[in-house]
Amino acid sequence: MPWENLLPDRQPFYVGSWVYVFGVVTIAALVWVVLSGVVLAAFGPQWWHLSSAGRFFNSLHFWSVQVFFVFMVLHLWGQYFMASWREGRAPTWMIGVVTFAVSIVAAFTGYLSQQNFDAQYIAMNAKDAVNATGVGGFFNVLNFGQMYGLHVMLLPIAIITLVFLHIVQVRMKGVVPPLGHEVKPAVTWELRKK
Amino acid sequence: MDQPAGYLHWGFILISWPNLILIGLMLVLFALALILPFPGHGSSSEKEKEA
Repeated sequence: MPWENLLPDRQPFYVGSWVYVFGVVTIAALVWVVLSGVVLAAFGPQWWHLSSAGRFFNSLHFWSVQVFFVFMVLHLWGQYFMASWREGRAPTWMIGVVTFAVSIVAAFTGYLSQQNFDAQYIAMNAKDAVNATGVGGFFNVLNFGQMYGLHVMLLPIAIITLVFLHIVQVRMKGVVPPLGHEVKPAVTWELRKK
Repeated sequence: MDQPAGYLHWGFILISWPNLILIGLMLVLFALALILPFPGHGSSSEKEKEA
């Protein structure tokens, strides 16, 4: 894809629908999740529990995650009912599915990293379920250092990378047309070359 | 706020009220996204004529 076509300046008419906004809101929420998370990581648990500014950023992190998941699910509903894996868009769909799965693990490790009684309660209840799956040998929910490391480093890198690949796929294949408009291909850079 | 949430227990369905309300709001938001017109966009037939 040429650099000048990396960001969209024109889209097909059917993109003028609120359904196509859900994905963008999800990305906007992710930006807030990452920014507030960086601040929380910089100052630490005592700050985010005891100072008013820390509690504010703690809440910002929590609620932006809520927005992230709500709109990711709305985006999923919209794309599912539009059958967005059509016409060579299976990689886009599958990267989205994997992003959703990794995001759930990221949220879970976030709940375990709160450094409060909630986190201990969740860890104690989750350990048996996680151990029953067989991954407990590596993924120990009672190991705070491991959960926190995964939450602030590896999982955010994975999510950001997957979201980047997801967007690149959408740009390369074009936005999926609504059902019944398959004969009119999406405006892609390949078409513009003609 | 610092209390456990209330739960709806109806047969085999057990869900907290906050979760149930949130799911309801999401369904409303999804329906509105399908119904409400997008600003700056006329009907699809007008756009096709312009193109």
